[in-house]
Amino acid sequence: MPAHDVLIIGAGLAGQRAALAAADAGATVAIMSKVHPVRSHSVAAAGGINAAINPADDWRSHAYDTVKGSDFIGDQDAIEVMCREAPGEIMHLEHIGVTFHRDETGHLDLRAFGGASMKRTAYVADITGQAILHVLYEQLMKYHERVDRYEEWFTTSLIQDDDGSCVGCVARDIRSGAMETFVAKNVILASGGAGQCFKPTTNGLICTGDGMAPAYRLGAPLMDMEMVQYHPTCLVENGFLITEGARGEGAHLLNSKGERFMEKYAPNKLELASRDVVSRAEQTEINEGRGVGPNGEGIYLDITVVPRKRTLEALREIVNIGKDFAGVDITREPIMIRPGQHYVMGGVKTDVDGRTPIEGLYAAGEVACVSVHGGNRLGANSLLDTLIFGRRSGEHAAHRAKGMAMPKASDAHLERDAAWIESILARDRGGRRISEIKDELGTEMNRNVAVFREQEGLEHALGVVRRLKQEAASAYVDDRGTVFNQDVLGAIELGFMLDVAECIVTGAIERTESRGAQTRTDFPERNDAEWQKHINLTYSDAGPEISYSEVTITQWQPEERKY
Amino acid sequence: MAGTAEPAVAAEPKGATREFTLRIRRYDPESGEAPYWVQHTIELEPHRSVLEGILQAKGRFDGSIGIRCSCRAAICGSCGVRINGQPGLACHTHLDHALSTSKDGVIEVEPMGNMPVIKDLIVDMDAVHWKKVHRITPWLINKQPIPEREYVVPRESMVDVTQSMACIQCGACVSDCLSMEVDPEFIGPAALAKAYRFVGDPRDAQQFERLKDLAEDPAGIYDCTHCFKCVEACPKGVAPMSQIMRLRRRAGDDHHIDDRNNGHRHEAAFVTLVEQGGLLHEAELLPRSYGGNSWFGKFAPPAGLELLDSLPVITRALLRRKVTPGAALRPHKIPKPDLKQVQRIYGEVHGREERVEFNLYISGKDEDNQEAPAS
Repeated sequence: MPAHDVLIIGAGLAGQRAALAAADAGATVAIMSKVHPVRSHSVAAAGGINAAINPADDWRSHAYDTVKGSDFIGDQDAIEVMCREAPGEIMHLEHIGVTFHRDETGHLDLRAFGGASMKRTAYVADITGQAILHVLYEQLMKYHERVDRYEEWFTTSLIQDDDGSCVGCVARDIRSGAMETFVAKNVILASGGAGQCFKPTTNGLICTGDGMAPAYRLGAPLMDMEMVQYHPTCLVENGFLITEGARGEGAHLLNSKGERFMEKYAPNKLELASRDVVSRAEQTEINEGRGVGPNGEGIYLDITVVPRKRTLEALREIVNIGKDFAGVDITREPIMIRPGQHYVMGGVKTDVDGRTPIEGLYAAGEVACVSVHGGNRLGANSLLDTLIFGRRSGEHAAHRAKGMAMPKASDAHLERDAAWIESILARDRGGRRISEIKDELGTEMNRNVAVFREQEGLEHALGVVRRLKQEAASAYVDDRGTVFNQDVLGAIELGFMLDVAECIVTGAIERTESRGAQTRTDFPERNDAEWQKHINLTYSDAGPEISYSEVTITQWQPEERKY
Repeated sequence: MAGTAEPAVAAEPKGATREFTLRIRRYDPESGEAPYWVQHTIELEPHRSVLEGILQAKGRFDGSIGIRCSCRAAICGSCGVRINGQPGLACHTHLDHALSTSKDGVIEVEPMGNMPVIKDLIVDMDAVHWKKVHRITPWLINKQPIPEREYVVPRESMVDVTQSMACIQCGACVSDCLSMEVDPEFIGPAALAKAYRFVGDPRDAQQFERLKDLAEDPAGIYDCTHCFKCVEACPKGVAPMSQIMRLRRRAGDDHHIDDRNNGHRHEAAFVTLVEQGGLLHEAELLPRSYGGNSWFGKFAPPAGLELLDSLPVITRALLRRKVTPGAALRPHKIPKPDLKQVQRIYGEVHGREERVEFNLYISGKDEDNQEAPAS
């Protein structure tokens, strides 16, 4: 049974960064992912990464923008850590080979992004996530003797010892179907988000809450789960992402009357207000009949105002997306977009070193909630979050491992999971198809747990999720094989997604106010007196148990939020 | 190129779905049976992707169809397949386009080539693609000292390597690489494109060593036969073959690496012969490649040895009348004005102070660079 000081589950930016940091700190490291690391969804992050590296900028300004973006429920100690360490992290990335765009003097160029008080987004065209992910993977290849890679291994559950510490996981080698127990002094979850709970979503098919749900089942609290980001610019066609970089480069949003309607909602920042504000504005325009397109359910994003050469150089990927997936040349005509599910601000509750309340279990990246994003994440802060807290988790876990004996684990967990998989394979064909349940979940969440929410819709969604949980328990699979049985993994993922969805809806019902991404039409105001706090959800057989935790405030008192 | 057809879908009424039939190549390694084909009819709008078609078939009819996929937007690089024999991404190929290239009205989807099939549409990329990537020392070897802040490098240099950074490691180029089919050891288009990402990076300390290594390796940069298959296959415009040619120019022209494969000298002889005669004079190519890039090359001992070595081939070619002695020894002639035109091109290219390299992120179309910024 493989044993390591640090076992990382998930190999996107947070996971790879954690692995490299833990190895640098002298730990024995394994990194495991259900897909090849470069397929991780970090690859889709387009626009860039924030850091106050301009000499005229200050990390405190970045921190304040982030606090304000979070609608004052981001934890300010964590935000300070992230923003203070950001410039150093960018320089580290630059040194290991990320091909950041330069200005005319050969120094890092910066672009404007939403909710930021100055240009502070470093970028590689509009493939920033891809560029960083691939460069980190280059480093993993360089570290091939120091970091064991388990690529295309699916984690079925986390293992706890008798004291409640997390001491490893059970995983299935997707290629062979073999199950294995992995023992570790520390486990770092870096398995990304859960966007597949929604349909459509900008997230890849692999974003199924694979870390949130197992941690939750182990007893770790999930925090801020009601805070789900709808990105303002997703293709009406299929929900694909058009980077915020487009607005950063100067693109306009127009309604059916050709008005730059953001003048009404955010007179100072216009299109570059924070994402929750812009998405709400768009949805309001659409709901009030000023949408564009045959069903009036879109908004025009006009990139033609950006010089064509600049678009081709700096926004190449969305030129392709427009052409290939919407049949539109964005350098010549506006493209139809609307808000779409993009990011889960919530996740497994951690401290600034990535530690969850469960001993030995860490989390970093979208799976985690530090909380640096609070009610709304600023664009280009997610890459930063993954890297800063990935590194800190890796370092902390490596230090914790020193002087610690390797835990012992029996094969009991493995046998339980193997039996579980056998039982899924053995289901008769009486139930529903997994794909049907998944579709219904996504459609329901997108209908009732989206930009605007209210009690009745949320209650309906909760009812649907609970029914689907029942149905999922008997949903059958077609594939009975062992080699690359994606069908059976799909059944497990569906269970993860339903747990996460239940938490999202529960949190949204609980928070009877409007803040950040949570807009309750039945409670339209922010209510600091009652809700300046986090909602924590802990697993129980009856459903999520609700508790609260304080928001850490260091230097910025809550104030009215205007852009 | 798969999926990059003109945006013909714009005219279609939105929401109009139609039926498409997919013929998917299945392989179950556990069955002991040979691969087989299965057809599924799906219903989607014509501008939806082949991947969406496969996922519909998987969701509705048979969850056991194996395909790697995630982002659906041509960025994660998971869903490389062959569609009607052409390598590409399933998510990046419209159904209507795929239908237009099918032989019999059925869209044929099969796993990529040059890599062992694990199951259905899933191939073993580790055994081929990633092994080759590893071969090229795929990490930056820093120029020392590492600065406190960023390396200050020309703006253009970073944009330049961004083209090879744009590679999503999907393997489509590897799938149909003809050289790799003949020589499985060939490092191949994807890994060599990745190599350019370091060779072109001014922060790398070992550009010469990298080039020397790739030039001296018999399976290295001179093992490419310019077939353009990888350029056609690449869904991201990386144009791997162009990156390989740039590696050659850097190795041969900039670093004067005379490799033991004779690759650089062969290329120089080729270029000279076309410049002189307007067309290639095949009989001169070998002696000049081995004996120095001049008419006297044929008298150099290595050229003689190579000629001796090639005698059986030459004899067979003569016997089978592939060539006649006269035609082989006389250079091809083209009309004078045409030759002048060819030489004018040479003059133009040699006359430039800097080598002009095509770059996806910089060039665009000519008009793009001239267009004034919109107000």
